[in-house]
Amino acid sequence: MTLLSPSMRTSLRLLKKNKVSAGATAVLGAVLFVAVFGAALAPYNPGQVGVGPTTAAPSPAHLLGTDDLGRDVFSRILAGTRASVAVGLSAAMITTLIGVLVGATAGYFGGTIDDVLMRITEIFQVIPRFFLAVLMVAFFGANLLNIIFAIAILSWPETARIVRSEFLSLRSRQFVSAARIAGASTATLIFLEILPNALGPVVVNATLQVGQAMILEAGLSYLGLADRNQVSLGLMLFEAQQFLRSAWWMSLFPGAVITLVVLSLNLLGDSLNDLIDPRRRGR
Amino acid sequence: MLSYFARRVWQGFLVIVVIICLNFFLIHAAPGDPVNALIGTMAPTPEYMEQVRREYGLDEPLLWQFLRYAARMAQFDFGESLRFRQPVIDIILARLPATLLLMGTALVLSSTVGIVLAAAAAKFRDSWVDRVLTTTSIVGFAMPAFWLGQLMLIVFALNLNWLPAQGMYSLRAPSDGFGRVLDILRHLILPALTYSVYHLALIYRLTRVKMHEALAQDYIIAARARGVAEHRVVYVHALRNAILPVVTIIGLNFGFMLAGSVLVETVFAWPGLGRLFYEAISARDYPVLMGIFTLVSGMVVIANILTDMLYAVIDPRVVYG
Repeated sequence: MTLLSPSMRTSLRLLKKNKVSAGATAVLGAVLFVAVFGAALAPYNPGQVGVGPTTAAPSPAHLLGTDDLGRDVFSRILAGTRASVAVGLSAAMITTLIGVLVGATAGYFGGTIDDVLMRITEIFQVIPRFFLAVLMVAFFGANLLNIIFAIAILSWPETARIVRSEFLSLRSRQFVSAARIAGASTATLIFLEILPNALGPVVVNATLQVGQAMILEAGLSYLGLADRNQVSLGLMLFEAQQFLRSAWWMSLFPGAVITLVVLSLNLLGDSLNDLIDPRRRGR
Repeated sequence: MLSYFARRVWQGFLVIVVIICLNFFLIHAAPGDPVNALIGTMAPTPEYMEQVRREYGLDEPLLWQFLRYAARMAQFDFGESLRFRQPVIDIILARLPATLLLMGTALVLSSTVGIVLAAAAAKFRDSWVDRVLTTTSIVGFAMPAFWLGQLMLIVFALNLNWLPAQGMYSLRAPSDGFGRVLDILRHLILPALTYSVYHLALIYRLTRVKMHEALAQDYIIAARARGVAEHRVVYVHALRNAILPVVTIIGLNFGFMLAGSVLVETVFAWPGLGRLFYEAISARDYPVLMGIFTLVSGMVVIANILTDMLYAVIDPRVVYG
């Protein structure tokens, strides 16, 4: 390495980063494929009890073993990935939507509106969100919709702050003034002029939010607040807890899938960030 | 500066008010009779339901109910646990020490190890040490803590039999003296390690970035020019400035840490606040759930304010407007 000039070092590092982000993208592509077509790929019905012996170790017939009720762990992981990814994606989407609306309003209008919205955002940031999510799901019922809603309603403050700071720096740029003089409406200015220029950090944040939402869902499910009609990776870990001694595969594989997906999302988010903000490169 | 803290305390007060409103909202907006939210799903006698209704004033106007509820909360009266038939606050306080022991141990462990490793990684930047540590920290960051706990349990407790799997004490261990301390320590190792991994990764990553920033500063060049030994430059001059943000991270992540303790305590049946929270979920013990949520929120508010004050004390450059 010492023979290389600093600029060559930087490009080498970038190349390596590209390899990492290519790997992450490949993993995420595969996960998305499983989430959409997993049901067709599953060798067994994921909910069917007794397709094999109970708590059987991984074997050619049951690649990742069977659980305490004789269900096929591999098939359940395929189905569980779908639910976990669905929760992650929809929660991140709603989070981003709320965050963009609040952040754009605060950043664009400034003044009292900004003050009020930011005080509310700060209060939401202080509230311990995992505990409130548990309370909401426990009170309103553990189904996928409530879980998604609870996660989304507690995760938006970060997005709002990012969008607000982008809007604050963009709103006084010349292209915005030009559009305003040309007679663009406030909505046009916010959504068609400023927002497209603020999209980079929003996309990075949304990527990370998907992973965060998946971890939150797993945590809620692990505490017994899962949708029992819908196998998710978190629910599988909840069920595994009682059988750690006799069936380690019930815990190892679902958790590994969560970790792999979240890891890929984080790595992808990092490389996207480098792409948008070259000053951060190489850190 | 005083006005800044006055504003922070005011904001903390607002958060508490919001929390109380949220609790009140949950009791009343949840499907079904609010009485059920307070006494659970077991079939109560009509007299008992009437008693709860009167006690909470559920037959009075909503605003009046809210004011009464807020007044009770302000006196740390979180009601009575449905499962234990005892005041919620007493149950919570009884469980708090176990959680503080676990969190404290894990915090000391993750901060010291994280800072030392980050300083080493910064000194040997781009070496294999740096790369291995950084890659590991990225993976540690992505893992659900409770899954890591399950794996540790499987390997070290159930298969190798090195450490106990569940709880805080063994039944057969001595009940006092040195033997008891040793017994608790043995039970503490696995949960504390599990709990540390995420924070270790977090503190490592943050300190590493801050170290790189610090090492590029003028005072480092000045120190080197004066002929200060390289290890002193890294471990004293740069590190002293790089660990300041760690204080903030610990303080501002307090709520997140308590959430982590719920999951880790559940894996290892550690008899703390988190385990109580888990048990209250399965028992539908709503007063306990809301009591813990309120108390945790209060702790987070206080932790945030203390962090700010501490930061101003240890870094004289900080000026609050």
